[in-house]
Amino acid sequence: MSVRQISVFVENRVGLLSEVTTLMSDNEVNLRALSIADTNEFGILRIIVEDVDAAAAILRKHGYIYTITNVLAVSMRDEAGGLAEILQVLAKAKISLEYAYAFLLNKPGVACLIIRVADNNAAEEVLAEAGIKIATQDELF
Amino acid sequence: MTKYYQPEIECASPEQIKAWQDERLVKQVKHVWDNVPYYRKKMEEKGVTPEDIKSTADLHKLPFLTKDDLRECYPYGLLAKPLEECVRIQSTSGTTGKRVVAFYTQHDIDLWEDCCARAITAVGGTKEDVCQVSYGYGLFTGGPGLNGGSHKVGCLTLPMSSGNTDRQLQFMTDLGATILCCTPSYAAYLGESAKEAGLTDKLKLKAGIFGAEAWTQEMRRDIEKSLGIKAYDIYGLTEISGPGVSFECEAQAGMHINEDHFIAEIINPDTGEVLPDGEKGELVFTCITKEAFPMIRYRTKDICVLNREKCACGRTHVRMAKPMGRSDDMLIIKGVNVFPSQIEAVLLEQGFPPNYQIIVDRVNNVDTFDINVEMPLEMFSDTVRDVTTKEKELVAALKAMLGIVAKVHLMAPKSIARSEGKAVRVVDKRKLF
Ligand SMILES: [Zn+2]
Repeated sequence: MSVRQISVFVENRVGLLSEVTTLMSDNEVNLRALSIADTNEFGILRIIVEDVDAAAAILRKHGYIYTITNVLAVSMRDEAGGLAEILQVLAKAKISLEYAYAFLLNKPGVACLIIRVADNNAAEEVLAEAGIKIATQDELF
Repeated sequence: MTKYYQPEIECASPEQIKAWQDERLVKQVKHVWDNVPYYRKKMEEKGVTPEDIKSTADLHKLPFLTKDDLRECYPYGLLAKPLEECVRIQSTSGTTGKRVVAFYTQHDIDLWEDCCARAITAVGGTKEDVCQVSYGYGLFTGGPGLNGGSHKVGCLTLPMSSGNTDRQLQFMTDLGATILCCTPSYAAYLGESAKEAGLTDKLKLKAGIFGAEAWTQEMRRDIEKSLGIKAYDIYGLTEISGPGVSFECEAQAGMHINEDHFIAEIINPDTGEVLPDGEKGELVFTCITKEAFPMIRYRTKDICVLNREKCACGRTHVRMAKPMGRSDDMLIIKGVNVFPSQIEAVLLEQGFPPNYQIIVDRVNNVDTFDINVEMPLEMFSDTVRDVTTKEKELVAALKAMLGIVAKVHLMAPKSIARSEGKAVRVVDKRKLF
């Protein structure tokens, strides 16, 4: 029950990030979450959108390179300890995170943690055992 | 199928070629002695007169001509015919002061176009073909030369010039172009663009003639794959005439020099001594049929090897290898010789597009060496680690090839300026003089 995330290659150049986000908003793409990872040389912009294929088509048309990855959207209590709880479950099962980022949902008190792990099924299983809910793409919008 | 444009010349016996060269050289030396005071002065300084030149065996007695001479004689100083007999100029790209202006009589144009027609015929071109010329037209010799050659062969000629890729692809597919003539980097770009536009299946191309830029065997394979063609090399320079000084045949094993028009020599670039066939050195040309702007022993600065072995295609004219570098292009970075062609080979081998820019600077008396490289889609990943690994592998492969470390910058696709005439591959910001 993973969600599809789009990752976009951005040169480490001032303004490129806003170029991509402006492109999305100009095309009325509903951006739910965004995270950027950057090095000295380049950046990777990761976004969660409602209509993944439409967003991908826009990026392709404008010459961006991107990749679509299945990640897990983990429901998280929006209070102290919410994040720690999830990380402990994963650590206990020896599942290491490539990266993670969090955002708030439109429902009060509920946040979402996007996690990228090597094996989605394994992570999903241990989280379910611990009573932690995984959201679908639709549930995020 | 016609295999040769001028079979009696292209397949003439070596003795016949030598006889033409002897006779034409003697005549040409007399022509420049009589009509170009600058040549006469250079010959007098070396103590040679036309009487001393009786055959090609005496060629080595003549002085060399270099780009410096051309600069000094700009614009009319090397003109060997009255201006009223000239019908065209062509010129090299290059900053003011370095520009070369070459003059042509109608006869010169005619012979130049014959050379290009031989090249087109050698890749299988006939009057049944549709030849798309996507070299720049204008002062640059690429467009006009291949255009003229294509007319002579009788191909339906599409005088596209360079740029406007969408229109190039539209004409290419709508009119069923079968032969493409352009720079290799533009051919690679057209191949990529055709793929993106989903037009690859609609292409009718069978062959391409690509020159005016250095390119590697890897790039040849790349272009052949993306456009579904055989890619052939062509060589030339404005000073000597333009494209078609030499061209590749079906054997794709060196370019036949049109020896009935040009005598080729290989010299030691440091001493000027003539080297035997098969040895690597600087390529020197003597034009023996040109009227208006005949270069005698012109030093091309291209480092090259000549091969007199019999060619499978039946042509008897000597073959030159693809130039392995230009003394002009060679960069000395941190004391190490670097040829852009080496960098290109590494990029292709590592799966990067052969589109790059080298930036050299000097900071606090130390050379800096940066290479901008375009990130290909296949290599992109959502994790920083994967992308960084690819980058590190490229840096390591470059170091293994060049012996020095380059700082690699990954750029977005198509963000490095593409060539429409010639690509700007090197930006040298050092002020060494
Ligand atoms: Zn041949």
